[in-house]
Amino acid sequence: MIPVLLLFIPVVAGVLGFFIKEQKTASNWAIVTSIVTLLTAVVGIYCMPAASLQLQVQWLPSIGASFSVALDGMSKMLVLLTAISMPLILISTRNNNYKNPGVFYALMSLAQAGLMGVFVSMDALLFYFFWELALIPVYFLSSIWGGEKRIAVTFKFFIYTFIGSLLMLVGILLVYLHTKDHSFAWSSFTDTDLTSGEETLPFFLFFIAFAIKMPIFPLHTWQPDAYEQAPTATTMVLSGVMVKMGLFATIRWVLPLFPFAAKQFAMPIIILSVIGMIYASLIAIKQDDIKRLIAYSSIAHIGLMAAAIFAGGTLGLQGVQVQMFNHGINVIGLWILANTIESTLGTRKLSELGGLATKAPTMAILLVILAFANIALPLTNAFIGEFLLFNGLFQYNIWIAAVAGVSIILGAVYTLQMVQKVLFGEVSAVTANATEINSYSKWVLVAIVVFVIALGVYPQPLIDLTKDSVNALLVIK
Amino acid sequence: MSKLVYLVPLFPLLGFLINGLLRKSLSKSAIGFTGSGAMLASFVVSLLIFFDVKNGGGATVQLFNFIHVGSLIIPFEFLVDPLSSLFLLIITGIGFLIHLYSTAYMHEEEPMHFGRYFAYLNLFVFSMLLLVLGGNYVVMFIGWEGVGLCSYLLIGFWFKNNNYNAAAKKAFIMNRIGDLGFLLAVFWLIVKLGTVSYASVFAAVSQLSATDITIITTLLFVGAMGKSAQIPLYTWLPDAMAGPTPVSALIHAATMVTAGIYMIARSNILYTMAPATQTLVAVIGLSTAIFAATIALKQNDIKKVLAYSTVSQLGYMFLGLGVGAYTGAVFHVMTHAFFKALLFLGAGSVIHAMHHEQDITKMGGLRSKLPITHITFLLGCLAIAGVPPFSGFFSKDEILMAAYNTNPIFYYVGMGGALLTAFYMFRLYSLTFLGNFRGTSHQQEQLHESPIAMTLPLMVLAFFAVVAGFVGIPELFAPHAHALEHFLAPVFADSAAVVLACHLEASTEWVLMGTTTVLIVIVIVYAVNKFKKYTAAEPNTGIAKVLENKWYIDELYDAVISKPLHLVAGFFKNTVEKKLIDGAVNGVGKLVSYGSRQFRLLQSGQVGTYILMMVMALVLFIIIWFNDNAIMYYLHKIF
Repeated sequence: MIPVLLLFIPVVAGVLGFFIKEQKTASNWAIVTSIVTLLTAVVGIYCMPAASLQLQVQWLPSIGASFSVALDGMSKMLVLLTAISMPLILISTRNNNYKNPGVFYALMSLAQAGLMGVFVSMDALLFYFFWELALIPVYFLSSIWGGEKRIAVTFKFFIYTFIGSLLMLVGILLVYLHTKDHSFAWSSFTDTDLTSGEETLPFFLFFIAFAIKMPIFPLHTWQPDAYEQAPTATTMVLSGVMVKMGLFATIRWVLPLFPFAAKQFAMPIIILSVIGMIYASLIAIKQDDIKRLIAYSSIAHIGLMAAAIFAGGTLGLQGVQVQMFNHGINVIGLWILANTIESTLGTRKLSELGGLATKAPTMAILLVILAFANIALPLTNAFIGEFLLFNGLFQYNIWIAAVAGVSIILGAVYTLQMVQKVLFGEVSAVTANATEINSYSKWVLVAIVVFVIALGVYPQPLIDLTKDSVNALLVIK
Repeated sequence: MSKLVYLVPLFPLLGFLINGLLRKSLSKSAIGFTGSGAMLASFVVSLLIFFDVKNGGGATVQLFNFIHVGSLIIPFEFLVDPLSSLFLLIITGIGFLIHLYSTAYMHEEEPMHFGRYFAYLNLFVFSMLLLVLGGNYVVMFIGWEGVGLCSYLLIGFWFKNNNYNAAAKKAFIMNRIGDLGFLLAVFWLIVKLGTVSYASVFAAVSQLSATDITIITTLLFVGAMGKSAQIPLYTWLPDAMAGPTPVSALIHAATMVTAGIYMIARSNILYTMAPATQTLVAVIGLSTAIFAATIALKQNDIKKVLAYSTVSQLGYMFLGLGVGAYTGAVFHVMTHAFFKALLFLGAGSVIHAMHHEQDITKMGGLRSKLPITHITFLLGCLAIAGVPPFSGFFSKDEILMAAYNTNPIFYYVGMGGALLTAFYMFRLYSLTFLGNFRGTSHQQEQLHESPIAMTLPLMVLAFFAVVAGFVGIPELFAPHAHALEHFLAPVFADSAAVVLACHLEASTEWVLMGTTTVLIVIVIVYAVNKFKKYTAAEPNTGIAKVLENKWYIDELYDAVISKPLHLVAGFFKNTVEKKLIDGAVNGVGKLVSYGSRQFRLLQSGQVGTYILMMVMALVLFIIIWFNDNAIMYYLHKIF
């Protein structure tokens, strides 16, 4: 019942939201419904018996597709992330005004529904449906409310994901034909008669779709553009939650479906991921645009998670689960700050900023804390994740881990450079009129900082949330 | 008592939270009282713990499980033993004096920044306490990066000055390079032993192969190079003087740079089992000691001279660790903490009196105007120069004797460094306090001794700089009088069992010690005579110019590392990313777009149309839902 509610509430919120004309009403409606979703998720994860966390009803019985959803160990983390992110995003951007606000917020709610669906689907066809449902609202959000170059950028984004989805659909059908009971159920998909050689083709059909979504080098170029051009609230959904679709789907579908291929092609994929980490970190050093800097930093972080997934092992996989959550929360915090800077000062160029620590001390403190979380300082939440991820990678291959480790140095270079250029030095012409961060954003950031430190000091609750599913995954392999 | 050890870091943590969160509403005196009071409370508990340990106490205190994944359990645990309890005393004791001093030194700051300063200072001490108290390498690493963070915040405390910010950033990044080494060593331990707790790691040393131990110790040493400013990662420390002067005292004496020494002393059994790494440690330490000393000869900034002297003295400590004189190294950490804190705070007092002038060529003759600062500073100089019976003599002598035991060349080179130290310290002393005043007349009128909150710490530190050596009286003078060695013996017992100590002949030791002492005194007299009549600076030429410019190492790093890195990054950003990868993608995109003109007509840009399409899609989907037989039919046709 719970997973159905998690889909139902945002869908209803979205459908009804279409008809709201007024900005504040639309925003309030979206915030309230997203909080209801959050409460449902929390109650479901922490208070409900396992039986209420899954549901399976007939959908297309003739082809063996069913409406099968489950809030299991693997999906709990991301459902929680999706549920928490939405109110944070909506509240922090409450001061933004949109043309056709009702439609804007409706699409945001629908995107959330799609994301929830992706995470709880236990049926391949249903999964595909939600995969698309999550992307379509984001596509509209970016192309209608985005920046100047939105049409070209969204088109690129569309082409990329369209190709990915198409490949995945073919992959799904291919595996379907190999299921023993001709069913789209996850349990049937993980129990096919594919030989290790036959796994290769569907493995890549699935994996490329997910690799584009993450993204893995060199399929990443849509991302900085999309983050830059999308409206900030959408960017937050994209980088906070949506990129985890690729990581999650790899854990949920690729590893259990194609264990041989995943092992066989682990090395090249890990190497690509690590190249991406270093490459993106280096580009981040040269970025003058704060949004693009965050985008490239995010690519570097995701690269580490992707590498750890294929490196396998308890530590690495547990690290991915923990880090998907932490990265999601933290990166939303960084976007809130980037949004604040852009909307109050009218620029994203680091070279034009400076001295904000004098003008906006509260914002400065929040930025410094999130910056150090971004480079995984111990006692911030990101440290646990990185520690486990690097550990996993290290167990797989020492040299690759050592090379990947260089990114923690480069990360310090670009992050501290950003902090310095935004906050320190003398006040510039642009920042002379800067004001303190608005209270909606401030309180959301305070909440995020509480997460950062609480889960940095005591990370065990996050680890325990997915412990069983990680162990189950290792048994499958 | 040792069970209450969590109180030691708790007080500074509370101080940090109170001053950090309430800095806008608290008065300066309340802030100063909170910050210093937290340190005093912490010091008192440390003292009780120290005596508890001395009477055979000590404990491992587990607070909670920090990470528990699969079979890997990393508890948040504290270890109280002789080594950590000694460091607790140094950190909280000297830390308290520096806090007290700061209440006067930083008094010109606005209340908000005053609060920020004390919050950072408390956090710094808290991190260092975690580092020292941690019962495993991960808790140590938490403190390890924590002190990196705090040094960043404090070096860049005056954040309007971008040079200071650059120095802060440099410190953090250089430290991070070392941290990577530390982290890799931790991973190595986890892979090989599945644990990071000291007790289990040291007990399992025999399970590790010689290669494993060599690699682990080398990686840990890379971490130590960063934190303790050794070649090649030392350049951040001299720049770190951009922060307020008491912060320099804190970094150089009580926290931060001694972390590397502590870590190796803590892991002594691993290093004893890795002779190759030990040689590396000794060679790097000795090279750093000499190299930094040569630079200090030609620096004119009072804090820079002291900064390079720290780098050099740390080199001696690593030399000690490298030749297996673990007690000697820890001994030198202790004596150095006293005299270096003293010297930096003394320098602060001078800078305070000189209205922020730091160039010693523009000082001179301060002896009569700053009597307390002068006397205490002189005692600090005698201690660092290694003049008997001041504290530095005993600790340095212990290290050098052990070095002689390993390889006489180490001794002679080390002695050369000691002579350089004596020279540049008394150059500094003479230029500052002797001769005639060379500053402006405005400065001269305003010269004054610092307030009691500043001079009291100087006097306390001077007392210890003089007498601290007596806890480590060599066998030569009196048998079994080395109190520190007895106290630390349990920590180094395993190493001592592996390496049988062979003591030098008493006569050799007398000759070496005597010669060195005489030479040092000669150098001091020479330096004082040479610089007390100093009038004006002449431009340096030749090797002197190279030394003045610090061997051009910063320029070298810039040319060899920083510049190429930016070049490559720029190439990636502008060429590979834009032209190559995105170019290819756009090429594909254009192809697709060419083939989908018709589709694009649907993109009218009207919200209504889009929503219509979405609704249509949904309707279509529902139709399919109820007509799945038809789908099935087509599916079978396709495949």
